[in-house]
Amino acid sequence: MATEKKTAAHHEPLFHIAKRDQMVWWKAWIIRAAAILLALVVSGVIITLLTGLNPLNVYGEMIKGNFSNNRVFWMLLQKTSVLLCNSLGVTLAFKMKFWNCGGEGQVLAGCIAAAACMIYMGDSAPNWVIIVSSLITSMLAGALWGGIPAIFKAQYNTNETLFTLMMNYVAIHLVKVLQVLWENPKNSGNVGTINRASQAGWLPKLFGMQYLITVLIVAALCVLVYVYLKKSKHGYEINVVGESQNTARYIGINVKKVIIRTMLVSGAVCGLAGFLLVNGSSAPTVGPNTAGGQGFTAMLVAWMAKFSPFAMVLASALIIFLQQGSVAIATKFGLHRSLADIVTGVILFFIIGCEFFIQYEIKFRHKKGGVQE
Amino acid sequence: MKDVLVFLCGFIAVAIKQGTPLLFGSTGEILTEKSGNLNLGIPGIMYMGGVSGVIGAFFYEKAMAGQPLNPLLGILIPLVCALLGSALLALIYSFLTITLRANQNVTGLALTTFGVGVGDFFGGSLAKLFGAGGSLSIRNTSTLFRSTLPFAEDWGAVGELLFSYGFLVYVAFVLAFIVSFVLNKTRIGLHLRAVGENPATADAAGINVTRYKYTATVLGGVIAGLGGLYYIMDYAYGTWSDGSFGDRGWLAIALVIFALWRPKTGILGSFLFGALYVLPAHLNFGENRMVQYAVMVLPYVVTIIVLIVISMRKKREHQPPQSLGLPYFREER
Repeated sequence: MATEKKTAAHHEPLFHIAKRDQMVWWKAWIIRAAAILLALVVSGVIITLLTGLNPLNVYGEMIKGNFSNNRVFWMLLQKTSVLLCNSLGVTLAFKMKFWNCGGEGQVLAGCIAAAACMIYMGDSAPNWVIIVSSLITSMLAGALWGGIPAIFKAQYNTNETLFTLMMNYVAIHLVKVLQVLWENPKNSGNVGTINRASQAGWLPKLFGMQYLITVLIVAALCVLVYVYLKKSKHGYEINVVGESQNTARYIGINVKKVIIRTMLVSGAVCGLAGFLLVNGSSAPTVGPNTAGGQGFTAMLVAWMAKFSPFAMVLASALIIFLQQGSVAIATKFGLHRSLADIVTGVILFFIIGCEFFIQYEIKFRHKKGGVQE
Repeated sequence: MKDVLVFLCGFIAVAIKQGTPLLFGSTGEILTEKSGNLNLGIPGIMYMGGVSGVIGAFFYEKAMAGQPLNPLLGILIPLVCALLGSALLALIYSFLTITLRANQNVTGLALTTFGVGVGDFFGGSLAKLFGAGGSLSIRNTSTLFRSTLPFAEDWGAVGELLFSYGFLVYVAFVLAFIVSFVLNKTRIGLHLRAVGENPATADAAGINVTRYKYTATVLGGVIAGLGGLYYIMDYAYGTWSDGSFGDRGWLAIALVIFALWRPKTGILGSFLFGALYVLPAHLNFGENRMVQYAVMVLPYVVTIIVLIVISMRKKREHQPPQSLGLPYFREER
């Protein structure tokens, strides 16, 4: 018996991994901040290697690319708002552990609906009617795009990750078809700026600021989503379904209903992002790149922020800041703008990786091996 | 009648060429998914494979400075670069999801963002960065990848159908058969499937879950990376243009579902998807670009229908691996 114990002690691995109970919130955020810092250093080094720019200047150029004039600063605000809107949308589904990878498609569906309203009502309806109907139809279109996978998930447990992913490309190809239908001028392959002359359906400038209205809408939405998730009965149901469907059933929650309802809301919020992208733009148009991959980035932002709406504000601002900054650097050196994607990727790897150190701890082997249980 | 045959042979040959990147991608993804890892980074890995090959070829051609290339080196250098590049990305994915237990969907999408970024960046900036002047061209290497068997042209339509491809097309076929064989007929394949279905049980049976997951994911990534290499070296004549690879990576993931996680069915599926890709150009809809784009949506719609039908029928042999997408924590059983 004794010898057996001895060999067991001998074979205990160098370290093992154990789940932490619950890390104090500020410690967790310190780890996350450290990961972001480390990622910034690594992406700085990458940019330095590629451009020969002095590492400190890299960050200087990034700041310049975001704050050097009014135009880029407002671009920062607008892009952050749209990404935030998108992230809030997918968060609703994520909370329920429904992997909505279809943000991109839901945004595009919203874009299509908004653009259709502007194009077909442009000459006949008053401005506010066009804006309101764009808003409503884009949210409906997003809800439709998100609702279809949800119905099948609820009824037949169809894999939602794959379903929503495929729906993205259905939307992208649909946009390509419509692009031909709506192209202006003929045979250009582009929709061009919609209602360029009349500006019908364009969101108005508040106090002369193009994107202020977008920022305000998303700020309100952010509070709304927070309240919905934290304080409402629906939010409670979403949480329970996410934690355990069996528990949810046991306490009398209609799981199918919650899944479908939440995905309709999630899709509608993403559709709203589409409305902001089209009607809220300084030159409204629609094309397969209108959403520009932000539907995917939104998932990552939601994940970075641990699904907290207010942390998401910071996360999306950080991502857009880095993307705009890298594009500015790439443009300055005549390099490809996808430098931004490389930097985004690096940041995400670090943030995804650092969660491990928040959730688990590594316990090393005790030196003088008393046998552990 | 003969004309129809010639047309058909030509059409199938084009479809096969178009389907080959998808076949590589789906074979790699099937191998990965059988270990329970849903690697949504496959599109990024395919980009990475393509651009790594381009980088290798670029420097080799630059070093040779216009002299004729050594055929063996000309193929080997890009090939090895592509393998290393895609293995690197697959390793990042494996490390994050298996060792650090990160969420697979999120990690995969981050990997795709990164891989596509690296691809477009180097594809677009390589010539500028390393001063070749003008645009990026690796035509000579591409010619090596495109070289076919000498008698392909003498045999007319049949020759076109069977022998008109660069060697990577045959590699794609052979790999699909090998993966199918390994998965279904060997002990290693049995263990791998056990890991993908229920890692806890596999672990209890003494299978090293971590090692199987790592190996399958990295090998799967490497196979998918070859798809990118084939596309750029053979299909695209060695010219990188922005976004031309398009959504092929996602189509490969769709193809995995369409083929019900079977590599051999994946071969047929890749022809079918490839045929849909080129059908509009061949049927000559002329000016009607709307129909062209509408046809492109078919692979995705068909895949969605397959996904729905398999979940409705609940036949066990048609289901995705049971633990697909779920992380495995030994301590949390």
